[in-house]
Amino acid sequence: MELVVFVLAAAMVMSGALGVVIRPNPVHAAMSLILTLFGIAVLFVVHNAHFLAAVQVIVYAGAIVVLFLFVIMLLGVDRAEDMSIEPITGQRSLAVIVGGGVSAIVIAAVISSRTAIGALGKGVDATTGESPDANIRQLARAIFKDNVFAFELTSVLLLVAVIGTVLMARKSKTVGTGE
Amino acid sequence: MISSILAIDPMLDKGLLWTPLIIVLVKVVLVFVVGLVATMLMVWFERKVIAGMQNRVGPNKAGPWGLLQTLADGIKLFFKEDLLPERSDKFVFKLAPYMVLVPAFLTFAIIPLGGDFRDGKGGLVTLFGHQTRLQLADPPIGVLFALAISSIAIYGIMLAGWSSGSKYPLLGSVRASAQMVSYEASLGLSLGAVLLVSGTLSTAGIVDAQSSIGRWNLVATGFVPFFIFLVSATAELNRPPFDLVEAEQELVGGFNTEYSSIRFALFYLAEFMNTITMSALIVTLFFGGPQPISVGSVTLDIPLIPNAIEGTVWLILKVLVFLYMYVWFRATLPRFRYDQLMDLGWKIMIPASLGWFMLLAAQRVGREAGWDQIVVTLVTALVLIAGYALLQLAVHVSRANREKNGASF
Repeated sequence: MELVVFVLAAAMVMSGALGVVIRPNPVHAAMSLILTLFGIAVLFVVHNAHFLAAVQVIVYAGAIVVLFLFVIMLLGVDRAEDMSIEPITGQRSLAVIVGGGVSAIVIAAVISSRTAIGALGKGVDATTGESPDANIRQLARAIFKDNVFAFELTSVLLLVAVIGTVLMARKSKTVGTGE
Repeated sequence: MISSILAIDPMLDKGLLWTPLIIVLVKVVLVFVVGLVATMLMVWFERKVIAGMQNRVGPNKAGPWGLLQTLADGIKLFFKEDLLPERSDKFVFKLAPYMVLVPAFLTFAIIPLGGDFRDGKGGLVTLFGHQTRLQLADPPIGVLFALAISSIAIYGIMLAGWSSGSKYPLLGSVRASAQMVSYEASLGLSLGAVLLVSGTLSTAGIVDAQSSIGRWNLVATGFVPFFIFLVSATAELNRPPFDLVEAEQELVGGFNTEYSSIRFALFYLAEFMNTITMSALIVTLFFGGPQPISVGSVTLDIPLIPNAIEGTVWLILKVLVFLYMYVWFRATLPRFRYDQLMDLGWKIMIPASLGWFMLLAAQRVGREAGWDQIVVTLVTALVLIAGYALLQLAVHVSRANREKNGASF
């Protein structure tokens, strides 16, 4: 059963990912991305990480891709692109070489460290859950108690990024005149 | 042969357990049918009540008191011509109505539809020797499922407007997505207050904790989260006074202008289905769901009906109050202006729900550490007021700057 679900979810993830790259229309590509994110959520559920699956759907599928679609529609770039034109000469063949190289490195890393990955996966144990909320309790304890400092620093980093983006994106006249 | 296939899954190794399977199948069919019939009656209810409020008769021809009006409308829409606009994106255009309809039905799965929550039974009923809940699913993520589904529901509306290949539907869908994303934040934050008080995500657990009026989350969370949730839910449903998505005067018909025939009917169905689901969710979260109304130890008991079915009766009664309120909103409140809508969402709803959440959390921490509750509340309130003053100052400064640059808004 777990194998069947894994194969189906992996097929969802892969076909979605291919769609993001291949579909000429940006809106269709964004929809393929939703498929990929849903597949990943299913994989989380298979591994008993229900909370992560919910967050995956709420944050990524529910908010971030909506934002993508919003920008695509608002900017009016929702037309199909001509895929036969190559903006930079030699770009495609170079991309194939780099992509193949990176995936070869990742696969080699996974194969060589198989045993290490198995040993690491003991952070949150869902099988010992005494209640349906055990999963979330363990996660909350890890984030807000054991690693609270790193967590808060990460949120500050995100906040800085947001404020920086707003400042850079804004072309106010007052900034130019040094007012 | 069959047993060897089933042996792939260790859960099914000893043959299928037929009774739980049949119970689940019956539940699925029942929830689906109840959803459809309830939607049909809701459309009739809304038209009849609005007619009453406007001194009209309303639907009265099809069936007794016009009860079958929705069915007649549905059949009529089935036989209408199904138009496919020439400039539309064919595949997405056909897909969009289902992307609206499916989430509308999915949320219904996690709502406890009945059961006996009295005397610590926790809503479990025994059917054919099996303990089960009168709700389709009780996932470990509980109400987060509802949040996830409501964020998925945006896609249907967004893609419907975009794929129509026409200006007004696109404007409608851009408005819809901006509105729904904004109000989802305050919806989730006010939900956080409920989770903080009940200490569980499971809907059955949330209902179980609200055994009397004093322990209803409405009172336990101090009313404010309920009002924020109610307003955000109305905005999330795109119902009046937040129905800018289909503001006829500005957008012809909104995101579904180009839709006709059964595809239009699906949007219509999903809209009313969502209203019912959201009312049921409000009742579940704040008003004790299928729990009978009780003050202290005195419980209002409906005689002659067994307790398990009585839960369903209470749920229907409580949901009807909210359905009537939604119709009432529609009949009386004028539509918001777009900038007012966004101001309300971002500058009032989100800070208020965040602040109230902080207040509740501070009180809980104070109770556990044994601090004086009054001091804790006062200090938190002072911090909140200072924070709000800073926010107002920031808004004021930014408005002054914009006006200096010649902007008029």
